[in-house]
Amino acid sequence: MSQLEIQPDSHGTDHGHDHDHPDHLGHHWENSKQQFEAGKLGMWLFLATEVLLFGGLFVAYSVWRGNHPEIFQYGSQFLDTFWGALNTGVLLVSSMTMAMAVTFAARGNRKGIVICLVLTLMGAAGFMVIKYIEYSHKFHEGFLPGFSFYEEPSASHLWLPLEQEHDQDVAHSTLETEAHNTAFAHETTARDEMPLPPPTAEPSVVPAAGTGPEGLTTNELALETAEFAVFLPPSVIGNLENQGPELDFAEHHEPGEEPHLPHPLQDPDRPPNAQKFFTIYFLMTGLHGIHVIIGGFVILWLLLLTLRGRFSRGYYTPVDLGGLYWHIVDVIWIFLFPLFYLI
Amino acid sequence: MSEHHDGHDSGGHAVSHKMLVITCIALLFLTGVTVWASKLDFNELQFPELNIIIAIGIAVVKVSIVGLIFMHLRWDRQFTAFVFVASFVLVGLFISFAMMDTKEYQPEVIQANSEQVQQMIDALPAAPKSEH
Amino acid sequence: MTTLDTGQMQKPDLAPRDNYLTHTRGAWSWLFTLDHKRIGIMYLVCVLSAFFVAGIFALLVRTQLLTPEGTIMGQDDYNQAFTLHGAIMVFLVIIPSIPAALGNFVLPIMLGAKDVAFPRLNLFSFWLWVSGALFFVLALVSGGLDTGWTFYTPYSTDPNSAMGGMIPAVTGAFVLGFSSIFTGMNFIVTIHRLRPPGMTWFRMPLFLWGIYATAILQVMATPVLGITLALLAVERAFGIGIFNPELGGDPVLYQHFFWFYSHPAVYIMILPGMAIISDLIAVHSHRHIFGYKFIAYSSIAIALFSFLVWGHHMFTSGQSPLVNVIFSAITFSVAIPSAIKVFNWLATMYKGSISWNTPMLYAMGFIFIFTIGGLTGLHLGTLATDIHLHDTYFVVAHFHYVMMGSALIAMIGGLHHWWPKITGKMYNENWGRFAFALVFIGFNVTFFTQFMLGSQGMPRRYATYPADAGFQIYHVISSIGSYILAVGFFVTAGYLLQSMFGGRRAPANPWGGRSLEWQCSSPPPHDNFSETPTVGDCYDFSVLEWNEDEQGYVWRSDIPHPGEEEPGGH
Repeated sequence: MSQLEIQPDSHGTDHGHDHDHPDHLGHHWENSKQQFEAGKLGMWLFLATEVLLFGGLFVAYSVWRGNHPEIFQYGSQFLDTFWGALNTGVLLVSSMTMAMAVTFAARGNRKGIVICLVLTLMGAAGFMVIKYIEYSHKFHEGFLPGFSFYEEPSASHLWLPLEQEHDQDVAHSTLETEAHNTAFAHETTARDEMPLPPPTAEPSVVPAAGTGPEGLTTNELALETAEFAVFLPPSVIGNLENQGPELDFAEHHEPGEEPHLPHPLQDPDRPPNAQKFFTIYFLMTGLHGIHVIIGGFVILWLLLLTLRGRFSRGYYTPVDLGGLYWHIVDVIWIFLFPLFYLI
Repeated sequence: MSEHHDGHDSGGHAVSHKMLVITCIALLFLTGVTVWASKLDFNELQFPELNIIIAIGIAVVKVSIVGLIFMHLRWDRQFTAFVFVASFVLVGLFISFAMMDTKEYQPEVIQANSEQVQQMIDALPAAPKSEH
Repeated sequence: MTTLDTGQMQKPDLAPRDNYLTHTRGAWSWLFTLDHKRIGIMYLVCVLSAFFVAGIFALLVRTQLLTPEGTIMGQDDYNQAFTLHGAIMVFLVIIPSIPAALGNFVLPIMLGAKDVAFPRLNLFSFWLWVSGALFFVLALVSGGLDTGWTFYTPYSTDPNSAMGGMIPAVTGAFVLGFSSIFTGMNFIVTIHRLRPPGMTWFRMPLFLWGIYATAILQVMATPVLGITLALLAVERAFGIGIFNPELGGDPVLYQHFFWFYSHPAVYIMILPGMAIISDLIAVHSHRHIFGYKFIAYSSIAIALFSFLVWGHHMFTSGQSPLVNVIFSAITFSVAIPSAIKVFNWLATMYKGSISWNTPMLYAMGFIFIFTIGGLTGLHLGTLATDIHLHDTYFVVAHFHYVMMGSALIAMIGGLHHWWPKITGKMYNENWGRFAFALVFIGFNVTFFTQFMLGSQGMPRRYATYPADAGFQIYHVISSIGSYILAVGFFVTAGYLLQSMFGGRRAPANPWGGRSLEWQCSSPPPHDNFSETPTVGDCYDFSVLEWNEDEQGYVWRSDIPHPGEEEPGGH
């Protein structure tokens, strides 16, 4: 059969390279361009799946916010716009350096790629550091998703301890690393005691009684049908009325922090289910953070490949595709930032 | 292959550094604008949702800029842009149907929770606490 | 003039030369192969094994229902049995069956390509399927699950009612979702970038159109399943109240999430079936497909519509009347592209010279069953009747007519159609027809009675039923039908396996197909085509004729082979 001879021939005429089937070219491709375009289309389809993956969370956000705008208005006060805006800036700049790396790659400037990738990597790391600062702050304050929200925070500067507080010093010694772990411990406790209603839910009903927009407490909302009611012993319901909060509110706060916000658990104006805000906040920023970390590893991998001299003007597909991934991380954040920090 | 073309060797497009810097500055500027706009109070206009609309609008503009320039959509095949836009359209479709629905039934849910339910709870015998 | 040459062209292909089965040897060369054909075979074996397991669960369910008080299981075991039957069938069998198993094998060959666009991703996707399956096994051993395949909240999140297998099963479905996404991505890119010169979009075999539409759904809908299941797992593990109204969640939201994926998923299941049938009908009727563009566009239209109708699963679950009406109206419009296909298939058969081969029988069975399944869907899409029929056996019968009677029947038809290509052996045609009769009769006996059961009010998912409601006779008939169906499948498995050892050697083109997979030898060589084949109208069968020596179809001797025209001195 003559096909076997024809094949390399047709390749040779196709593009005038001396190496007609370079290493990076899969055996089923005609040429680099075809492979590159396929890779690119594949990446874009993957990005579309990423958008839809986050899309689900955006739907959850919209529905919750649509139903309970007061929770979101209340909760977003506890986020620091400064850190959010700074993180937006960090991501935007790192997106630019990533795009620059692609341009350098297209021009075959290896040194340029390396510098830009290192800068991008620093952006990724910087973003995560800022995220860490924000998250650990939230943990200390007890702004946790779900039921953990109703745990007394171990170390909050917003928290004004009650007289039965076991250890005032612990409560006041703010922002200590060890307190971080306590926050996690609280979360685990809450989880273990999950079946409804958890004992830890009691603090939640205290301040909420009769104050929410609809005058509903957390627990009442659940009682749509009698079936739900069986989860809730009458003793708990009886308590709802009687336990009014008798607290002084935090007058003093750490310098440089948002002023005069009472801690949610001590705030009579806290809307019911205020934990919802932090639930969706941690879900969305957490998923985004995971993507940033993955993106960081992708960039690191690209950096190693670049240093090994894998890329040339003729082949830099991974840089281009990795860049696209990094940009989608940016795109998601561009939506997350106003949704949580601003409005 | 077309080695002579700048960056077109494997089909990509090289965007000049100058353009990237300008884009980035524009994006940072828009970030500033969106922070500033969020502080505006539209309550007097009886239209507090305007804050949300402005914020989302600016975010859409920013994302379009990132897509068109950083992600090279401006120079890419139309189909690629189509895929990207389609994913957003689907999310929008999902959000709008889910919102439409929840806005319709949610008032009934809350209504059902009011006194009637409280009476039902009161009428219940000491319900067994779920064990764990 | 080129008679001899043509013969020469085909003959050497048939000579016992290197094929993909013999290219390399050893388990390792299979498990980590990048060859799309081998990956397709591995999918096929795994999917059929899962089909066997889920089928056993189905038989258990049917056996349980023989008597009103149940025969073999308690309530909880019954809940587990139907849940596992449904979850395995949907996530492990039907969704990957046609695209991942048959599609992987056939699609690149149809395109004259050497492989799919991303062979490594393809292999990864297969291993994701395997790990997803392992998660389901884990779910089975760690307490099972009893929520139904839909994992509805609050069953799935209430620690008191759901069982230990919940999180493994949800993880498994999540992983399987990504397997499906990667397969879809691979196919879209392959179809976009690896079409041979001359194969424009409207010269592609309709199988490719169907797979393409499916792939769009896989890519665009499955991520939402991913996030849904992730939320469900988080909810169950940490109890943060995402779907729990007590904590400010939205109870109907889970169903919105789930069906935003799962309605398109229904079309992920049926579109490839339609795709196969379009090709089977044309090839075995030896007649040019009627209304090619309509069938192609209707695939895309079904894919698009599928994103707009998810709410019709939720008419009775608290969805608002406004949205009910909108979804109901859009649901009816899905009937249009589906009907377009059915009419075009019938028009293709009209005046065709139909060969009564097993694949053709399955294709005709498909049309019959799908029509019933589709039309009963209209009853369910109508708001008023759905109130009566929702969650009854009518629904069970409806989706089995579509999922099983259509999607799986098409898969089995396709399997018979490409069996000679896959294994290089012909199965016994008479046994094939006999098994088809069993499957077809068994299926209709099983599920048609369920329409009657449902319309009389028998709810689905009940382990027992009142003895005096008159349900038992239907249940007994239905169970007998399911046993016939099972026998049909065992017979099928028997003669197909037998053919691998004792079957006649298959010619390159046993049915007279014109798409490219019939131009390479059976089984295909490792690289499919040593040179990119020439593309013609893949539904113009007039250029083929039966060759007694080959026991297959060859290029007609009086027409020059298009591949023969230019290389005068090869």
